[in-house]
Amino acid sequence: MENRTYDIAVIGCGVVGAAIARQLSKYRLSVCVLEKENDIAVGTTKANSAIIHAGYDPKPGSLMGKLNTRGVEIVKELAPKLHFPYQPIGSLILAFTEENMKTVEVLYQRGRHNGVPGLQILSAEEVREMEPNVNPEIKGALYAPSAGIVSPWRMALAFAESAVCNGVELRRNSPVTGIAKTEDGYELTTPSGTVKARYVVNASGVDAFAVASLLKKPSYELKPSRGEYYLMDKCAGNTVHHVIFQCPTELGKGILVSPTVDGNLIVGPNAEAVEGAKETGTTAEGLAFVRKMALLSVPDLNWRDSIRNFAGVRANTNIDDFQIRWLEPGFLDVAGIKSPGLSSAPAIGEYVAELLMQDGVKLLFKNDFQEELPERVHFKELSAEEKAEVVRKNPLYGRIICRCETVTEGEMVDALHSPIPPVSIDGIKRRCGAGMGRCQGGFCGPRVHEIIARETGMPMQDVMQDRAGMVIITGETKTGER
Amino acid sequence: MKYDVIVIGGGPAGLAAAEEARKNGAEHVLILERDKVLGGILNQCIHNGFGLHYFKEELTGPEYAGRFIEMLEGTGIEVKLDTMVLHIENDRTVHAVNPTDGYMVLEATSIVLAMGCRERTRGAIAIPGERPSGIFTAGAAQRYVNIEGYMVGKRVVILGSGDIGLIMARRMTLEGAKVLACVELMPYSGGLNRNIVQCLHDFNIPLYLSHTVVDIKGKERLEQVTVAKVDENRRPIPGTEMVFDCDTLLLSVGLIPENELTREAGITMDPRTNGAVVFENMETSLPGVFACGNVVHVHDLVDYVTMESQRAGKAAAEYGKAGETPAGRILELQNGNGVSYTVPQRIRVEHMAKTAEIFFRVRNIYRNVEIQITDGKTVLAHFAREHMAPGEMEKVVLPKVLAEKACGDTLTVQIVEKEG
Repeated sequence: MENRTYDIAVIGCGVVGAAIARQLSKYRLSVCVLEKENDIAVGTTKANSAIIHAGYDPKPGSLMGKLNTRGVEIVKELAPKLHFPYQPIGSLILAFTEENMKTVEVLYQRGRHNGVPGLQILSAEEVREMEPNVNPEIKGALYAPSAGIVSPWRMALAFAESAVCNGVELRRNSPVTGIAKTEDGYELTTPSGTVKARYVVNASGVDAFAVASLLKKPSYELKPSRGEYYLMDKCAGNTVHHVIFQCPTELGKGILVSPTVDGNLIVGPNAEAVEGAKETGTTAEGLAFVRKMALLSVPDLNWRDSIRNFAGVRANTNIDDFQIRWLEPGFLDVAGIKSPGLSSAPAIGEYVAELLMQDGVKLLFKNDFQEELPERVHFKELSAEEKAEVVRKNPLYGRIICRCETVTEGEMVDALHSPIPPVSIDGIKRRCGAGMGRCQGGFCGPRVHEIIARETGMPMQDVMQDRAGMVIITGETKTGER
Repeated sequence: MKYDVIVIGGGPAGLAAAEEARKNGAEHVLILERDKVLGGILNQCIHNGFGLHYFKEELTGPEYAGRFIEMLEGTGIEVKLDTMVLHIENDRTVHAVNPTDGYMVLEATSIVLAMGCRERTRGAIAIPGERPSGIFTAGAAQRYVNIEGYMVGKRVVILGSGDIGLIMARRMTLEGAKVLACVELMPYSGGLNRNIVQCLHDFNIPLYLSHTVVDIKGKERLEQVTVAKVDENRRPIPGTEMVFDCDTLLLSVGLIPENELTREAGITMDPRTNGAVVFENMETSLPGVFACGNVVHVHDLVDYVTMESQRAGKAAAEYGKAGETPAGRILELQNGNGVSYTVPQRIRVEHMAKTAEIFFRVRNIYRNVEIQITDGKTVLAHFAREHMAPGEMEKVVLPKVLAEKACGDTLTVQIVEKEG
């Protein structure tokens, strides 16, 4: 049992928890982040559309409207400082009917009200010129140049690493199983020990309702919604050049088709009510719906180019806005972070700091706060001369482990000695991109496995595919005693 | 220094091509291999059955590769291991990297592409369900078991009856796992008949033809797969589901030639094979660049890879001596009834040797039929076959004298029912 009392404990290290942690790391506060899994960003953060929304969707006056637009500004500012992939490629909402054109008009007005820059309503011809592969039957589109694509896990990792480098303590494998009110704050029970903190910020995504309920039932109703996706081979990555949306309905933003920052094409999601965060399986029906709807936007998609399907669960509630409020004095709930949660995450960080300040937390800037992270080598992105140079300095950059994505052993070793070292094959994938390609780790998986074991000293059997329990090897061969 | 021939890939295709190029007068031959040893995928194929055609004896995969690796001795063929080729330029400059030599820019008179193939994954066939660990491509599992010495599971279902899947059914059984079923989408197996007998029947492993996996369960490690029968359109039939409690699913659902370098170099590809379009001497659309082995089309027997690669190696050496081949009259080979692809796809009639070997696969199981090569008007050659199956590559030999007789500029390979 530790006697230390943190100023603030943040529960959950998805992109929202990580953004809050980074914001708080700017101040003279002691901050602890509790993550239930063996790595950060493995819930909703790793399974979504990876879009930085321009901000025309949320209703004016909503918290989402305010935080989305501000979030886009911060993402743009931080991407070069923290070195996460972000490309402001712009988005198009296609209108297939005159009725859709009316929606486009509403969104245009709403976007202007929310302060979204550069919105334009385009004619069908203008759209066809920009995107020759979209359905030629369209009536027009809303163009939002400030929309972008991002690597959600790299963004979350960047925030979390920045927080850790600035003194935040991250505890992984630490699900909160009990919350008790004390005289000067809270005691959080986790398998890795009890954590005491004056303030608690609950940023545990789809689990936020269950976590808050350990203390007191929140007033909103949780309505988790699953979205299924196709990820397509890079040969399909150039099919479209903007994020291609359909007109939003009650169910969500419709099926999108978009390039990813890695050069693939992402297609999805549908929306189905599910029980909770663990329901991340795909279904034949869900995938069929995604295929059918996507062909409306881009008729020539070839499903043979699929390299992966996945599903993520949105932290939807019965209320059409983020649920960020004091559950009781000292316990701040950051719940209902549905789309545009990824886009808003860094602004949620700022907003949480503001709420804490209003409650009396002293936000004194640290003189030694490091705004930037050191840039790591991403071999594939270097020029021939730069490649030659890095290999001269460190021969491990000359050994390609992942063939599909050209990821070197040097990059993996760097990741394994980074502020938040991965402990699984997918942990390496999220940091370096190994296994993201068309063979999905078929070739490099066993070699990555060995490198993790060698660098961390973990036994081979303890290296997981991803989360705890995701065992890869069940034992050694030929272990009999003869 | 400029190399006469640079061979990309040191598996069976690359080894045979390099040696044959050297034998045919190429002095400076370089093999670039991405792994730390030569031999490619053969190193993990520790079962026997290799070499029956080429060596007339039964060898294991490592033994077969070993024969060629030993032959390298004294030839002066240079080998760079642990080396990845990043880029090929049109003038046959090769960009490659390894930890010892660093970033290399190498020049070659001719190049042989021999990068092999990769396995199709769960994502490629979009199996719905949860995403636990314990789902491996058969080849990845084979590497863990045969090279690394680790077991990947205890109760196994295999999807796909390709050869690697069948071989792994036997391997996992011998290593103490229980293989519950081998499930095949098509109404016939995609593997060699001898593997069905020796790897499934001999171990009483049931083969479910016209079945597929329709659901996967397991939050962490795999717990259950659901298998259902499919109709003639390969759609699952409701009500036919069978549930298997298992911790491992091995996928043997096809191989795809690994042609990133080929595509990037702007070489013409064949969507039927997913490999480069090649002429009779295995030359691609980029003069001086040849291709052979599984990077061109997926073979069933390594012996055929060797023989095809020898032709490519010889042609690569000749290119160095004689320069570019004049196009002359080109015959395009087309798929006729029952034929899914042909290799080569193009024949330069004046340039061809006395005969040209034409490899192809059939779309279905055939008994007592005739393979015909026709120019559209006349059947130039016909060959009788008692039995053909999609899992087994077919070969016919077209003599030059017959190719010269062709009218027009296409030849069609087709399957015709025998009369009577």
